[in-house]
Amino acid sequence: MPILWLRVALTCYTVGLLYALFALTRSSSLLSRVALPAMSLGMVFQFVSLAEAVLLSGQITLTSAHNSESFLALLVMAAFMIVYFVYRTTSPGIVVFPLVFVLTFVAATTEQPFLLASPGMRRGWLFAHIAMIFAGYAALFISFAASLLYLLQERRLKSKKPAGIVSRLPALEVVDEIGYRSLLLGFPFMTLGLVAGSIVAQSTYGKVDLLDPKIFLSLLMWAVYLLMVFTRWNAGWRGRRAAYLATGAVAAAVIAWSANYYSTIHRFVQS
Amino acid sequence: MKFQLIGVNHKTAPVEVRERLAIPDSKLHEAIKRLAEHPGVDEGLILSTCNRVEVLAQTKNGTVDLRGFVRDYFHVNPADYEPHLYEYSEGEAVRHLFRVTSSLDSMVVGEPQILGQVKEAYATARAVGAVHSQLDLLLTRAFAVAKRVRTETAVGSSAVSVASVAVELAKKIFGSLQGKHVYLVGAGKMSELAARHLLAHGAESIFVANRTYERAQQLAARFDGHAILFEELYETCDRADIVITSTGAPHAIFRREHGELFLARRKNRPMFFIDIAVPRDVDPAMNRLDGIFVYHIDDLQQAVSSHVADRKKEAERAEAIIAEEVDRFQARLQALDVVPTIVSLQDHLETIRQAEIDRVRGRLGSLSPEQELAVETLTRGIVNKIMHTPISTLKTAVREPEATTIIDIVRRLFNLQEQNRKQGGDKTSKSAGGNSGARI
Repeated sequence: MPILWLRVALTCYTVGLLYALFALTRSSSLLSRVALPAMSLGMVFQFVSLAEAVLLSGQITLTSAHNSESFLALLVMAAFMIVYFVYRTTSPGIVVFPLVFVLTFVAATTEQPFLLASPGMRRGWLFAHIAMIFAGYAALFISFAASLLYLLQERRLKSKKPAGIVSRLPALEVVDEIGYRSLLLGFPFMTLGLVAGSIVAQSTYGKVDLLDPKIFLSLLMWAVYLLMVFTRWNAGWRGRRAAYLATGAVAAAVIAWSANYYSTIHRFVQS
Repeated sequence: MKFQLIGVNHKTAPVEVRERLAIPDSKLHEAIKRLAEHPGVDEGLILSTCNRVEVLAQTKNGTVDLRGFVRDYFHVNPADYEPHLYEYSEGEAVRHLFRVTSSLDSMVVGEPQILGQVKEAYATARAVGAVHSQLDLLLTRAFAVAKRVRTETAVGSSAVSVASVAVELAKKIFGSLQGKHVYLVGAGKMSELAARHLLAHGAESIFVANRTYERAQQLAARFDGHAILFEELYETCDRADIVITSTGAPHAIFRREHGELFLARRKNRPMFFIDIAVPRDVDPAMNRLDGIFVYHIDDLQQAVSSHVADRKKEAERAEAIIAEEVDRFQARLQALDVVPTIVSLQDHLETIRQAEIDRVRGRLGSLSPEQELAVETLTRGIVNKIMHTPISTLKTAVREPEATTIIDIVRRLFNLQEQNRKQGGDKTSKSAGGNSGARI
């Protein structure tokens, strides 16, 4: 059943994907009108799917890779919604919607779920670790989306042809603020998530192996994140340079995620 | 009448050309004087704004080589601007001037600044004595037409001025203008208007830097703003989020290195430069810096081009008014033409003289050729002496506001009604009237 709800959610998210694809080329008033309701509906189904998965497995930690991806997609959507309610703009959706779609797509298609090897792990800490890291990811994605929008808006303004999409994009400083705020909000989550993770590792294995690919890459990602916050706070980096850093951080996050398949201590195993 | 006009505007010439032909306010007096002294020019006026340079002349007779004036006055290679020049004469020149003054030829159709700019040019030309009779009439009429267009059509009321376009763009960059600081560099009418708009939309404060500090203080006082010494411009300018430049400086005031400096001091917070000066005050290369947005006057045009369609209908109505006014003005000029009146006055007196000579000839008997000549000379002399003052009064009357009244009185005193009607028939053919004027 969870997989069914997830596929319904995916169908809803397809509308958002189309919206994002068409937003850059031409404005479709129909798509922009239905995108937000469709995405909200998708969130509901995704939530139902996740809740059912938790009930079925009887444990709150999302032990399958697919549920994790689905959970991440939901968090990213939640972050998007927060931005929407604060700034009344759906523009970040241009970047966020396809990402949510891809995450949900991966979660909804492959049948065989991996399970996180978790014998005797401290469940509370593990949940805190996953939830916070994912919240950090969500914030990072929003920030990434904002920096792309910033680039887009900046280019249009500089080209002196501020027609078309620019008229619907939020103002440059607003996009910048969305990016910076989500960066600032996401950083403590990411940090605490890593701390929680190392506590779990400490209690499970008795040590934290810094050379383990997962841990190493996670720390690298955290370092890039820190660099982003620092350069923005200290030198006001934005626009192109901020977008490069955000891309780097997202890339690091993706690599760190894929390391789940190579790490000895932090991996999903065939059930 | 002999009106001739030559010029470039934002439609025919890019800013690179216009900025080289622009005449700063300080040199306008001298330029108009030079124009008035140009061979064949009776009256002259020059309008130089950021969007146009127009040279208008009323010629003594025949055509005047206005291109020659432009060549002599501007030391610019003619090949650079000649392709962008337009030339009008007579009715077309009148129509063009009416359109310009009514803001139909403006970059932003209906924007109100151009009327003020034409009025300033007119005042300057009057002050140097280059405008005194026919051009005076033409300009006065142009102002009335502009007023008519403004009140009878919606061209003016729906006008998106350059200033409000600037506000729109500023909002695209900054979102809200709350807490934003605006720098005015150079104190012009346009920048003042833009500043007023920005303030109305929530901008926090205005700083004014001008070469003459008193002028900066005056303007700053009007906005509750702060005057800045021009020498301190670069040290303080990083405080500004929006910079509006409108100086008459011949070279760029803000160059790339200044932009880099400001960005470093501002921690890369964006800056918006609105450059309404021609020649440009802000180096276009600045636009390539991340976080600096430079909009020149031509760029603003692109930004508003979408609005133009909305006003097309109103503009068409305005064009109809202009066409009507051009006809009316030409008819009025014809009416003001004293030549037909003088001719008919002369004809009238000559007829009387001839009639009187014929009447007394019988009583005089046969006269020797000398006597014949003496009678002829005597009667002519009397008529000419009597006519001298009325005719010279008529000739100068054109320059008086009550010209039509004087012409009318003369016609009634000498009972010239009949001829008047005949002349009225003549008036329909304009060239005929013009030619007779040239002959006498």
